[in-house]
Amino acid sequence: MCLAIPAQVIELRESDNAVVDLAGVRKEISLALVEDVAVGDYVIVHVGYALNKLDPEEAEKTLALFAELGESTALP
Amino acid sequence: MKYIDEFRDGEVAKGIAAAIRQEARPDRRYHFMEFCGGHTHAISRYGVSDLLPENVRMIHGPGCPVCVLPIGRVDQAIRLALEQGVTLCTYGDCLRVPASEHLSLLKAKAKGGDIRMVYSSADAVALAQKHPEKQVVFFAIGFETTTPPTAVAIKQAKALGLANFSVLCCHVLTPSAIASILESPEVRQWGTVPLDGFVGPAHVSTIIGSRPYEFFAEEYRKPVVIAGFEPLDVMQAIRMLIRQVNEGRAEVENEFARAVSREGNLKAQQLVAEVFELRKAFEWRGLNVIPYSALKLRREFAEFDAEERFALDYRPVPDHKACECGAILRGVKKPQDCKLFGTVCTPENPIGSCMVSSEGACAAHYTYGRYKDV
Ligand code: SF4
Repeated sequence: MCLAIPAQVIELRESDNAVVDLAGVRKEISLALVEDVAVGDYVIVHVGYALNKLDPEEAEKTLALFAELGESTALP
Repeated sequence: MKYIDEFRDGEVAKGIAAAIRQEARPDRRYHFMEFCGGHTHAISRYGVSDLLPENVRMIHGPGCPVCVLPIGRVDQAIRLALEQGVTLCTYGDCLRVPASEHLSLLKAKAKGGDIRMVYSSADAVALAQKHPEKQVVFFAIGFETTTPPTAVAIKQAKALGLANFSVLCCHVLTPSAIASILESPEVRQWGTVPLDGFVGPAHVSTIIGSRPYEFFAEEYRKPVVIAGFEPLDVMQAIRMLIRQVNEGRAEVENEFARAVSREGNLKAQQLVAEVFELRKAFEWRGLNVIPYSALKLRREFAEFDAEERFALDYRPVPDHKACECGAILRGVKKPQDCKLFGTVCTPENPIGSCMVSSEGACAAHYTYGRYKDV
């Protein structure tokens, strides 16, 4: 039950709720635990609540690092 | 799916695995504990252990919410449903946790208890709103990820003036569990559980931040690397741990920077602090009674505390004699060391709590790697 997934906010609703897209499935979740969320943002969804926003820049940095590792070790 | 698939790429995994093999020194062994059940699940499901060199070993930790829930707490929930006739709401994973007298919440439901699975704490509040004639109790379990949602639900119930909603609060704290592992005789005195560092929780850390682990790095000289739940995250964290060990460092590093900061989610922390306070002591399955390791409702919210409302007492109950969950949760034993593993005890018919959720060591091992030495 610790499993939580990143999902994109596609609509803001009243009383601090939002609709997110979870692999094509639309689901209403609560934004009560986060601040300044806008449509288009990715949030980590867990038991119906957004726990935090996901930082796309940091995600890119991490992926770039992974890719770099793959290349440097692939060399003889 | 974005932010998921890229972190599961098999080709990239090979690259990180190669980097790990290059950096792990052949003349020493590395033992790392993944604290979280989510990591246990990822490691088993994606066969991460198979990609690691033989001298790098992962030890499963106690960070699986249903695994550490003691029988006495499930019994309380069952008593509420069967004896007090309440509508008991809980997360799906709790339903099959073995309790006393061969019961579980699922079996209590079959006996006529009004027990319902909810996806979110808000569903329990909505149910109470819809059925003012019923007493609705939310059986709230979990680490720091599920605690803020429970706090929101309690505040909602208060704002709505609901007289028929309460919470059986079993929320527990990650740092307490890590401390109890580090203080255990197996780690401290006997050295039977060698521990060179921790893969720190992903989503728990989105809430509490990376700061609480600094104490463990400083005080116990154990490196901690916070990692996301995808297999590449876990592998990269392992590589970072190996590097720290090699360089003689013990620091908190954050592989999951896309979602975790040092401070964590302050809004969620504030909500939790407003509604909950520390319990003096709480019994964990496998780790015994740990002081100040769990939360209860503050006095201002006492009317929503199911233990108060229904005058519930807590009766500790020992686990099944042959079940090794306790030792497994402390990293002392592996699932296959248990005589009941895969024969008497299976995910369909769990004897111990580690076989219930897919994050439990026994269930993960049974489902994804029964015949392998994970
Ligand atoms: S296999 Fe079952 S009985 Fe054995 S330790 Fe795991 S959960 Fe307990």
